[in-house]
Parts: sequence; C-alpha cells; structure tokens
Amino acid sequence: MDWQGQKLVEQIMQIMLLVFAVTAFVAGYVLGSFQMMVLVYAGGVTLTGLITIPNWPFFNRHPLNWLDPSEAEKHPKPQVTVISKKKGSKK
Amino acid sequence: MHSFGYRLNGLLTFAVTILALMCVIASLSDNLNIPSPSAEIQIMNINWFQKQPKGSDEVSLRVNISADLQSLFTWNTKQVFIFVAAEYETRKNSLNQVSLWDAIIPAKERAKFWIRSSNKYRFVDHGKNLRGKEFNLTLHWHVMPKTGKMFADKIVMSGYSLPEEYI
Repeated sequence: MDWQGQKLVEQIMQIMLLVFAVTAFVAGYVLGSFQMMVLVYAGGVTLTGLITIPNWPFFNRHPLNWLDPSEAEKHPKPQVTVISKKKGSKK
Repeated sequence: MHSFGYRLNGLLTFAVTILALMCVIASLSDNLNIPSPSAEIQIMNINWFQKQPKGSDEVSLRVNISADLQSLFTWNTKQVFIFVAAEYETRKNSLNQVSLWDAIIPAKERAKFWIRSSNKYRFVDHGKNLRGKEFNLTLHWHVMPKTGKMFADKIVMSGYSLPEEYI
C-alpha cells in the first residue's frame, strides 16, 4: 500500500467503525435487543476488516517511484569524514 | 498502516474500544427507565412455631407472594434477582433481617407472577424473641444488567405478626 492508500485506509476504518457503532446502538435500543446491537456491530467490524485490511490494488494508485539501481550507481554516496578527538591534555 | 498486521491490530483495538463505549452508553440508558413495580405478600398459614433444642425460636410460614416486576426490565437486563426478608426489632438489635425466599426472574414475561410456598430458608432468631413479634416482609430486587450498573431497591410491607405462644 502506498502512503495515500494508508491514509485513506485509516480514515475509512475509523469512519466505518463509528458509523457501524452508532447504527448498531440505535438498532439495539429501538428493537430492545442487546443481541441485535452486538450482531450488527460484529458484522460491521468484519465488513470494515474486509475492506481495509487486505492490500487491495485500489489503495496503491499513487505508487512510490524508487530509484533504479543502475541510476543509483552513477551518483556515489557522499563520504562522511570522521574527526578523531584526542583526550584533554594531561598535566 | 503499512502492513497487514498493523492494520489488523489497529482495527481490532479501535473496534474493542468503541464496543466498551457502547456498553457504557447502554448502561447509562438504563437510567431512563422509571420502574413501577408492585407486590403483595399474604401469610396463608403458620405451619409451626417452636423453640429449637439449643434455644432459638424458629417459625415455618406458608406465604402467597404475588408481584408485577415487568417494568424493571430494560433491553440491558439479564435477570432480576428477588428475595423476601422478614425484618423486625429486638431488645438487642434494632434491625434483624432474615431471608425467607428468593428467586431469579430470567425474562420480562416471567416477571408478573404469584407463588405459594413455605419459606425456603429457615426463619430462626438469635434468641427467643419471636413470640408475638411484629415484623415487616420486604421484597428486595436486584436488576442485573447485561453490561454496566446493577440497580437494587425494595418494597416494604408491614403489619405482620407472629402468635403469642409456640404452636
């Protein structure tokens, strides 16, 4: 999944879970059935999981362009110079 | 959200947290229910009234308990536990409570009932104070929720008394 996809997945996940939670509570309260609330919510969690967890191609529409290895060799990495310090002078 | 495991963990954690919030709100919604229960207890017969070998008074009663506790049930109620206690005063104690009978009501349909029974648990005193004693019969109930806070309350019925002499 690319970065845009990840952001989208997080938003979808949060919104879907909240919507299902509210729907489940209202359904349970109106029908007077606690079991109905739990069932609707469990169904909602499963559905959200199916949409957001697998790596669907839909979430990979802005793929990252990694640099080609042959191109990278033409531009060598800059060298880091190491300065060694002597210990403070002894008396 | 960069890997399968990460997304699965995020989903489950958020889902469980929201479920906990839903349970809290469900429990709070119980406060919207204003119950109006009613009950009546008749003492049909005093089977016997004796002094035990080690000295305490004991009485066996047959009671007719009728009640309508349907208004106690909400969508968040698992069961209602009820018990009947005899309450009286003695010289030594300002309040004595003896549990005589209890039951579990699992559903609203069973909450309107009458039952004739002798006391399930022994009505024994600490001492010999029961002769001619006036007592109250109290019906206590505990509304046990599926999730959240348990509510308990009672109805006090007064005016009962035991015979002056042993039977």
